[in-house]
Amino acid sequence: MTVPATPILSEGFGSCPVPMSRYDQILLGHGSGGQLTSEIIQRLFLPAFRDETLTALEDQATLALPGNRIAFTTDSFVVRPLFFPGGDIGKLAVYGTVNDLAVGGAKPLYLAAAFILEEGLPLKDLQRVAQSMRAACDEAGVRLVTGDTKVVDRGKGDQVFITTTGVGSVPPGRNLSIHNATPGDRILVSGTIGDHGIAVMSVREGIEFETVLESDCAPLTDLVRVMLDVCPGIRCMRDPTRGGVSGTLHELAAASNTGVKLTEASIPVRDEVRGACEMLGLDPLYVANEGKLIAVVPADAAAQILRAMRNHPLGRNAAIIGEVVSEHPGMVILRSLVGGERIVTQLAGEQLPRIC
Amino acid sequence: MKFLDEYRDSAAARKLANVIARTVTRPWTIMEVCGGQTHTIVKYGIDRVLPDCVELVHGPGCPVCVTSLEMIDRAHAIAARPDVTFCSFGDMLRVPGSHGDLLQLKSRGSDVRVVYSPLDAVQLAAANPNRQVVFFAIGFETTAPPNAMAVWMAKKRKLTNFSVLVSHVLVPPAMTAILESPRNRVQGFLGPGHVCTVMGCGEYGPIAERYRVPIVITGFEPLDLLEGVLRTVTQLEDGRYEVENQYSRAVPPKGNRQSLDLIGDVFEVCDRKWRGIGSIPLSGYRLRDDYREYDAERRFDVDRIETEESPRCISGEVLRGLKKPHDCPAFGQDCTPQNPLGATMVSSEGACAAYFAYGRHLEVIRRQTPALSATDG
Amino acid sequence: MCLGIPGKVVETYREHDVLMGKVAFGGVFKRVCLEHVPDVAIGEYVLVHVGFALNRIDEAEARRVFEFLNEMDQLQELEEVPP
Repeated sequence: MTVPATPILSEGFGSCPVPMSRYDQILLGHGSGGQLTSEIIQRLFLPAFRDETLTALEDQATLALPGNRIAFTTDSFVVRPLFFPGGDIGKLAVYGTVNDLAVGGAKPLYLAAAFILEEGLPLKDLQRVAQSMRAACDEAGVRLVTGDTKVVDRGKGDQVFITTTGVGSVPPGRNLSIHNATPGDRILVSGTIGDHGIAVMSVREGIEFETVLESDCAPLTDLVRVMLDVCPGIRCMRDPTRGGVSGTLHELAAASNTGVKLTEASIPVRDEVRGACEMLGLDPLYVANEGKLIAVVPADAAAQILRAMRNHPLGRNAAIIGEVVSEHPGMVILRSLVGGERIVTQLAGEQLPRIC
Repeated sequence: MKFLDEYRDSAAARKLANVIARTVTRPWTIMEVCGGQTHTIVKYGIDRVLPDCVELVHGPGCPVCVTSLEMIDRAHAIAARPDVTFCSFGDMLRVPGSHGDLLQLKSRGSDVRVVYSPLDAVQLAAANPNRQVVFFAIGFETTAPPNAMAVWMAKKRKLTNFSVLVSHVLVPPAMTAILESPRNRVQGFLGPGHVCTVMGCGEYGPIAERYRVPIVITGFEPLDLLEGVLRTVTQLEDGRYEVENQYSRAVPPKGNRQSLDLIGDVFEVCDRKWRGIGSIPLSGYRLRDDYREYDAERRFDVDRIETEESPRCISGEVLRGLKKPHDCPAFGQDCTPQNPLGATMVSSEGACAAYFAYGRHLEVIRRQTPALSATDG
Repeated sequence: MCLGIPGKVVETYREHDVLMGKVAFGGVFKRVCLEHVPDVAIGEYVLVHVGFALNRIDEAEARRVFEFLNEMDQLQELEEVPP
């Protein structure tokens, strides 16, 4: 730990003996609720977010919510490295929770953020994360209104863990659900798959690439709005994060007791992601995505919805990748490029690069 | 992607499948040796586009599956040491030893890392002189040149903190072991394409001759496998048993001279234990005396760890094509992809893992169509 | 053992006296050891396994299966002509 050369006298006897000036790292004291905590809040978080409810620093945020149905979700973010091409943990923490609300057809409104910081985390990294979160909130049209900070001993955390909880309003009559999928429905994806997971992997030690692959991290609220305007009868939407498209489709098949048939040739994959997956022996169907959604829609509306998606910046590469069927409930079957079919199995754990 | 996409063309694949259908007049059983070939077959449903009378049997060409339990336990013993950074290919992390797998060790605090290349492990060693970096050098002959290069580079750079745990296995002795079994049903082989880019095709002539089996050295894309099958059944129908090189775009008949020289420099042939099969003489590589100082078994004094295979896991018989996964009493019960008892359930192209998924599918169909349940698939 | 993918060599250099290269796989680049394909030229394709080039890809041989399929097509056309 480096302590700045100019010590400043702390106030009073018995208070924290560490000088109250700028440090460049998180100390245990920053989590103890005393002056250091206050300093972090006043000097780092409040200026980053500039929100009047947050600045009021009550123990709770009291909010006005339109309507009488709210959508409510929470998610934790532990990505490593903290900063990767196309994003960082802060941006992910905001968009991830916003998207969980948006795909339910809700209008995301407010976020809470809880930070667990590891002793030794450089303050400039935390600042960067906070600023990134602010920018993401602005982009997504949400306000960060309340938060919390805790600090753990060096070695007991992975620099930063962030939990964001989000609240949104649901218009009357909207009932999207993965239980709604019906045989005959079409399955759409909003763009190329595997971008985020490969971006993160490409900067991981031991596997580095020499190309910059960007994460597709983005807020989906507006794309969802456009899609629901065209077809309020969309059955459900999901964002395929961990576990990739395969994970989401398995959840869907299980919840609605239907089968899923995919066509390999229809699944959009960027060249770079494809090259990386070939090289490492990975299947893009299992790789995490961030700014993408899967939608299950009635067959007769599919073409129209697809057109609307392709007109939107986040849906340029949208495609129909398969359909819901009554056969083989709970299973996802893929028709391969050469015509033979295979079962898309569910991964037991994380997908790892292979040599075999 | 050039040299990949064109070999996945569906029209061309259909054409080859049709030619195969027109060529066969009776049932044939063919084994594809490599795990990577099995992977392609399962991924693209190749066995479903072949005529029913051509049966593909999955071979033991997955170094992950055949690494002996002993060697896995030695790896775990080394990885558990606090001064060690244990580097491995991703495939090995979930292979169970006698007490859990490398991922579980990692969760308990051991420094276990996935690397893409053995050369990355050498980089890690150079960058972290206060850690003992150990690389788990498994593989068939294909991986021998990069593994040998890693050891050679470590020696050249005088790294004292790098060592390798060697568990190389060789294909020809494995094929011979399969052919020697009295219950062998394999009539022809799709030979190991990438092994032969290194070693050349020379070792397979004597096997084809002695056991009267056609061996077609085959690549890994759908068109390669279909062409490989076509060439094999053509020979079988003709009563011939020769070695052919289907994968000629990557396999020079005499192999790669530099690789053979380096392998000869760094490794020597030795007996090796294959998981589920037992010891096969002269079926592996170990480090030569000149490089023995880089041998992790010696450095960490684990070469005396001995283990016994679990009597319940029948991977060995599955790997030799003698039994099918559902012949195993533990299959689908105590042994599942979430809780594998042996490597054929862990590995993505392990026969047991593949059958587990397919088996469930069959079961679902059976439940939906009661009239079919009388006929077993 | 088996995962070998063709990549295009776009650059070569020496590092610790070993021949290395920057190889392209459909849009991503990776460092690959080229020590065992010393005569490889920029623009040529190599077969890469765990960051190591095993051999060069022979373009002429690569076309062979497609030439065979063409022959099959032509044969079929001949067969379809009514006698």
